[in-house]
Amino acid sequence: MAVKLEKRPTSLKVLIYAFIVIWLIVAAFPFIWTVWGSFKVELDFFSISNWTNALTGERTKAEYGRPFTTTGYEGAWIENHFWRNSLNTFIICFFVVCTSLTIGTLGGYALSRSSYQYTFWLLVIALIFRAMPPITLVAGYMLPFFEWNIWGILPTTIVVLVAINQPFTLWMLHSFFQNIPKELDESAKVDGCTQFEAFRFVIIPAMWPGVITTGLFSFLLAYNDFAVTSMLLAENNRTMVPAIAAFLGTTYTEGNIMFAVAAVVSTTIPLFLLVMFFQKQIVSGLTAGAVKG
Amino acid sequence: MRHSTFFWFVLPTASAMVLFIAFPIFSVLVQSVHAPHPVVLVEVETCTPLVGCTVETTMDQDATKAIREAEPLGRFIGLEIFFDRGHLAVKEVREIIRNSNSFNEVFSKLSNLPFYRALAFTLTFTFIVTPFVIIFGFLIAITVNAISSHLKGLVIFFSLLPFVVTQLIGALVLFWMIDSRGILGSAVQWLASDPNLSLKASTGVMWVSLIIYGIWHAAPFAFVIFYAGLQTLPQDQIEAAKIDGASRYQQTKYIIIPHLFPLITFVALIQLMDNFRVFEPIVGFNASAHAQSLSWFIFNDLGGETRQLSSAAASSVLTIIGVSILLFPVLFRTWRDFRERT
Repeated sequence: MAVKLEKRPTSLKVLIYAFIVIWLIVAAFPFIWTVWGSFKVELDFFSISNWTNALTGERTKAEYGRPFTTTGYEGAWIENHFWRNSLNTFIICFFVVCTSLTIGTLGGYALSRSSYQYTFWLLVIALIFRAMPPITLVAGYMLPFFEWNIWGILPTTIVVLVAINQPFTLWMLHSFFQNIPKELDESAKVDGCTQFEAFRFVIIPAMWPGVITTGLFSFLLAYNDFAVTSMLLAENNRTMVPAIAAFLGTTYTEGNIMFAVAAVVSTTIPLFLLVMFFQKQIVSGLTAGAVKG
Repeated sequence: MRHSTFFWFVLPTASAMVLFIAFPIFSVLVQSVHAPHPVVLVEVETCTPLVGCTVETTMDQDATKAIREAEPLGRFIGLEIFFDRGHLAVKEVREIIRNSNSFNEVFSKLSNLPFYRALAFTLTFTFIVTPFVIIFGFLIAITVNAISSHLKGLVIFFSLLPFVVTQLIGALVLFWMIDSRGILGSAVQWLASDPNLSLKASTGVMWVSLIIYGIWHAAPFAFVIFYAGLQTLPQDQIEAAKIDGASRYQQTKYIIIPHLFPLITFVALIQLMDNFRVFEPIVGFNASAHAQSLSWFIFNDLGGETRQLSSAAASSVLTIIGVSILLFPVLFRTWRDFRERT
């Protein structure tokens, strides 16, 4: 690649770097702007008089004596108990990731090792399920959940998210397991292991890279979900994303939109860290799906 | 692997999917042909001496509760909900077609019906965002591939953000900037020298903003896939083309794009499915007055004090039919790949 790079004419190089810079601004600037603005008062972040107020914080200075204020964060986390929402989110994410990986690895392993026709049809059914918009499924949950009186609590939502996660998890783990040579567990079986023992002692130690990648995507699905959590959780069990939506409903009237801005920034930080530390896994996970179709 | 072993391995995940995906689809189907029982009314005649008798109609709480408990699904009404004004609006559509003179008139009248309005936005969004995502993803991928390698990690990191961040949050972050009091909104007003130009007031501006959001959100996905594809370019073919004097444009057209073609179809199929369920940006942009999607339509029926389950179920069934039509090429491709492999 280095050789090729030297051959590019300067004009093309300039064009390439200009495009990259513009794309970086488009991709990252909205987040940087929101983080900066979350430490201002509403009249600065949404400035009618002069947009530079959002940079300098004129009104914030007038109100608090310095250009930065943490009132948005205090309002969200302390007054409006956003810590409870974040706790709910992490409980849900933890259990969703654990459960969906446990049952997903078992299923994905079996699908990758069986050579009968029905494995193909199971995968196709999973693909159809993957295409269903979650909100259409939610319409089907409401009535039974009300009847059985399990609507609004965390365990119900966890089970639902695990199920919605399964098609994707199965496809991904299936393709990862296919890359682990069949000879490994075949030879263990020749040595007298049962299928489960072969899985337990030979496959499990070799599967972690694939499982971690799949786990990341399960986490993202549970963390980012809005349709399921906003419909299936009662108000006091809300996770962060529906809580932000609820902020908007109430704060447009109260004029405290900055709570929502602070909550948005707080919710983005874990994702930011996740991308920072697991960039390689996220990229490899996205491409694994594409290569296998 | 033996059938019985396979069965036990697959049982947990299969039962989760049957109970919480297959069963809800069935449940939605059943609900869409049922409506809640109407309140049982009783006429009570109260007679007072000298004044006379009055007949009052009151709600019979016990009887209503009894019949609702006996048949929690409600009464069977067939396809009535599907054909009502809120969904396919068969009667209204027939009238529109009969009374209109031109195709445009039919179209503009149809867009007053809520279901067709939602369908129009969903389809517009899906079929505009998908090609743009592919084009931008491709452009980003070839430029990132060309920059020096120690910058790549950083660029990929920032590029992933719009895709990884929660859809609702991404939409809000953009919305706050495009808001007439936000930085981009003011910039647009200044550029157009129209201080009253506002996202909230114009349907056209709202649609364009939602589409821009859609592209911004999904372009990184296409970028990552195409970038991975570029790493496996057949170098010998490129060398040969160079020796034959092929220009950069010709190399791109005749080698790179054909090489990426399977990935392009993959991204297109996934994007068609994902854009069809567009929903969070409409909540984030507070756009429901100007743009509604099918998913938003269901969400709106389900939420609020009056949970209109039957109406939501009917919309869900129609959405599922739409998804199935979009899904057909994906299934065909999977089947063909499978046949080729075995």
